Amino acid sequence: MAQERKFKIGKPILEVKNISLSFGGVKAITDTSFDVLEHEVRAIIGPNGAGKSSMLNCINGIYKPQQGTVSFKGQQIPNITPNIMAQMGLSRTFQNLALFKRMSVLDNILVGRRLHTKTNFLEVAFQLPKVKKEEKMNRDRSEEIISFLEIEDIKDTPVGKLPYGLQKKVELGRALATDSSVILLDEPMAGMNVEEKRDMCRFILKVNDELGTTMVLIEHDMGVVMDISDRVVVLDYGKVIGDGTPDEVRSNQKVIDAYLGVEH
Amino acid sequence: MMKPVFMTYTKKDLINLAVCMVLSVLVIPTFITTEYWYTSILIPWLCLALATIGQQIVMGYTGQLALGAAGFMAAGAFAMFNLILRVPDLGFVGSLIVSGLIAAAFGILFGLPSLKVRGIYLMVATLASQFFIIWMIDKFGWFKNYDSSGIITAQDIVILGKPFTTPLAMYFVCLAVTTVLTLLAMNMARGSTGRNWMAVRDMDIAAESMGVSLLRTKVQAFAISAFYCGVAGALFAFCYLKSLEPVAFDIKLSFKILFMCILGGLGTINGAFIGAAFILLFPVLLNAIGNNVFHGAIDATIISSIEQVIFGGLMIIFMIYEPLGMAKLWENIKQKWKTKYPTMNIKNLVSSIGKKS
Repeated sequence: MAQERKFKIGKPILEVKNISLSFGGVKAITDTSFDVLEHEVRAIIGPNGAGKSSMLNCINGIYKPQQGTVSFKGQQIPNITPNIMAQMGLSRTFQNLALFKRMSVLDNILVGRRLHTKTNFLEVAFQLPKVKKEEKMNRDRSEEIISFLEIEDIKDTPVGKLPYGLQKKVELGRALATDSSVILLDEPMAGMNVEEKRDMCRFILKVNDELGTTMVLIEHDMGVVMDISDRVVVLDYGKVIGDGTPDEVRSNQKVIDAYLGVEH
Repeated sequence: MMKPVFMTYTKKDLINLAVCMVLSVLVIPTFITTEYWYTSILIPWLCLALATIGQQIVMGYTGQLALGAAGFMAAGAFAMFNLILRVPDLGFVGSLIVSGLIAAAFGILFGLPSLKVRGIYLMVATLASQFFIIWMIDKFGWFKNYDSSGIITAQDIVILGKPFTTPLAMYFVCLAVTTVLTLLAMNMARGSTGRNWMAVRDMDIAAESMGVSLLRTKVQAFAISAFYCGVAGALFAFCYLKSLEPVAFDIKLSFKILFMCILGGLGTINGAFIGAAFILLFPVLLNAIGNNVFHGAIDATIISSIEQVIFGGLMIIFMIYEPLGMAKLWENIKQKWKTKYPTMNIKNLVSSIGKKS
């Protein structure tokens, strides 16, 4: 990234310290620490089963790690739940798509506006003026995101009927609609063709560039990761084996071993 | 998608509403003069459709398998009886609202298990409400005002000093309450409230990650659902049964409402009316066939058995081929009609008549 960035990379916004997570006897993550700086694109890579998705689930509060802490915006969060993290400004997408299948694209993205909706069900039932105002505001923002992602033509289609690549896009849109400062993307490009991948990369960089949103992404495609991320952390068997800029990681012997399958 | 012109209603909705209102306020009272139609079909149809909307909110929209609608109806009905008896100052409408709120309180209580259990297990857990409420009313004489006969006559409906005792007047009471509550339910279902419900239904973890509180959303859906059932139960007792007995609100009624909900179409408001109409009218139709085609050659008990068989068969057929029920079937028919005769004007009229909401 040669040109000047509108949002300069700043202080750590998300810090993961000494996280250990195990399911029964299986250790998914062992004593892992890393941080994410404000406004950066941070990638988590690693072979299958390295604990990448588990890591995101720990950050987001879906899994409760046995040890370790997660600090967000300088605050250590004692009792993480997805809801608390959402309220603090951390949104995410899921590996296996977790869209609201029977709802339209627009409605899916509107659910992302939940935290910007303050009216209660009685006010909604009677459609008080403030509900209309709020609804209009949320709809305008959602439409903005829809045109930003170039999916205007499918906005009224039920999400379940869309092809995979588009669903991934809608999920990104829903995460964007929260106006979060950090978005976790769990394999945003899995199962996509080259063109779709290029599109997705463009959107991720565009979001980071224009809105300054910090992006944390898990990805398998090494080429893509090295191109778009500022820093990369490499996990293998639940441990950090490399952390740094794409170039540093690429020349790290441990990383090369992990990817080429050298015996430990 | 059409833009709403008033509240959350599109132009088409308002046309449908106008047609329904003309039909139900002008056409029906002018042309139907037999009491039977009001007391045995229209009034229970409106009451049960209202209860089905309640079931829709919790099951169709929020995706929580609940089976206790009749329990909440009983709570509403007996609350109404006691409120009119003990707090006459509230008036009919006031009592109706408070009865709904009392049922809603039960809804919150029995909705709490939904946080921990789901699916068929939740269904079993919510059955508790059905049995507990009926047991409570039977056990404590206070609820029945220590009436020993077991069946209490419902008080007359008096609104603003005017009695509403004729079948036609009661029909209008039910119609007014049902219309208002249906319109409110539509607003909720189409607004942010409904989106939260559906988000919880379709993918709860994702909903939570977007900041939708599962606790609040589920409990809210149970409360609103029970409110609708409570009001429906009060109307059911006061306008249709004209008496209060816990037996009328047994598990069979809960199942009936469940069937109305599923056959009508999960997650639709108009499906509640279609489903309720079908389940109420189908036995009438079968009886008519039995009497007029077979001239009573088939025993009435056999006809009622045939009815059960057909309902069961239909449930299976719908679950397999059209899980979204009759409302969706109707949409498909309309769609086909439209593509077949794109220029016909009558289609608007036809669709308006059939679609209640």
